[in-house]
Amino acid sequence: MSAMMVPLSAYVGLSAILFFTGLLGVLIRRNFIIVLMSVEIMLNAANINLVAFSHYLESMAGQLAALFVIAIAAGEAAVGLAIIIVVFRGKISTNVDQINVLKW
Amino acid sequence: MIYLLFGYFATVSIIAGVMTVALKNPVHCGLGLLTLLLHVAGLFVLLNAEFLFAVQIIVYAGAILVLYLFVLMLLSLKTEEQYLHRKYVWIIFGGVGILGELLILILQSPYGGAKGDATAEVLLTTGPSHAVGITMFSDYLLLFEIVGVFLLGAIIGAIVLAKPPAAIDPEPE
Repeated sequence: MSAMMVPLSAYVGLSAILFFTGLLGVLIRRNFIIVLMSVEIMLNAANINLVAFSHYLESMAGQLAALFVIAIAAGEAAVGLAIIIVVFRGKISTNVDQINVLKW
Repeated sequence: MIYLLFGYFATVSIIAGVMTVALKNPVHCGLGLLTLLLHVAGLFVLLNAEFLFAVQIIVYAGAILVLYLFVLMLLSLKTEEQYLHRKYVWIIFGGVGILGELLILILQSPYGGAKGDATAEVLLTTGPSHAVGITMFSDYLLLFEIVGVFLLGAIIGAIVLAKPPAAIDPEPE
């Protein structure tokens, strides 16, 4: 079985690449909705990591953590999109540079 | 064979992630995210997590992504000329540098640790959803209840936020 397994470092490396893709998306994109999508990419990278370690260490804890991460991501998406709708109604813009009412 | 599948899923998910971040039209970004989510679900199958594979497709690709696309089409955004940060070249440069160093460390380090009792043979005899259910409702019961309360709070918060403001405070005449 161990001869046919992809090494764990491949999964961790893939997860690191996806996490940095999402992080760069949060930093460079100006559209609020795309920023939220990039956060979803980062959460997925964390999920790959959790499930890979769960498989290689033969424990269910990682899979359960990934399941809870998915639940939290659903809540985050709902609240984030509601905030976007409120902001868009007031300012007709989803550019994160123009959303600065709370800044002082 | 498993190397081939891993290579396919990994390559396509990285390409889809880059497309999600880099494409100009927000709807195209949403479709890139959909591709990414489906291929990450394929990786879960390779890792013996069939229950998470189903949850990923139903919850992520089925519910969350549809929510994103709905809001995108509801707002009908104009695509702006300046859709990236002004100094994005420097940010990408720094990010890729840090990522390269991190990858060198990751590929060199040894991995090990205490093994649990959920071996592949056990999972094959009882089934993946059985194992997930038994673990969730014994060791993680409190966490499960907390997530339930959290989701209720998120639903109420989203409804209260998205309600039109005229209903909250009527104009005094």
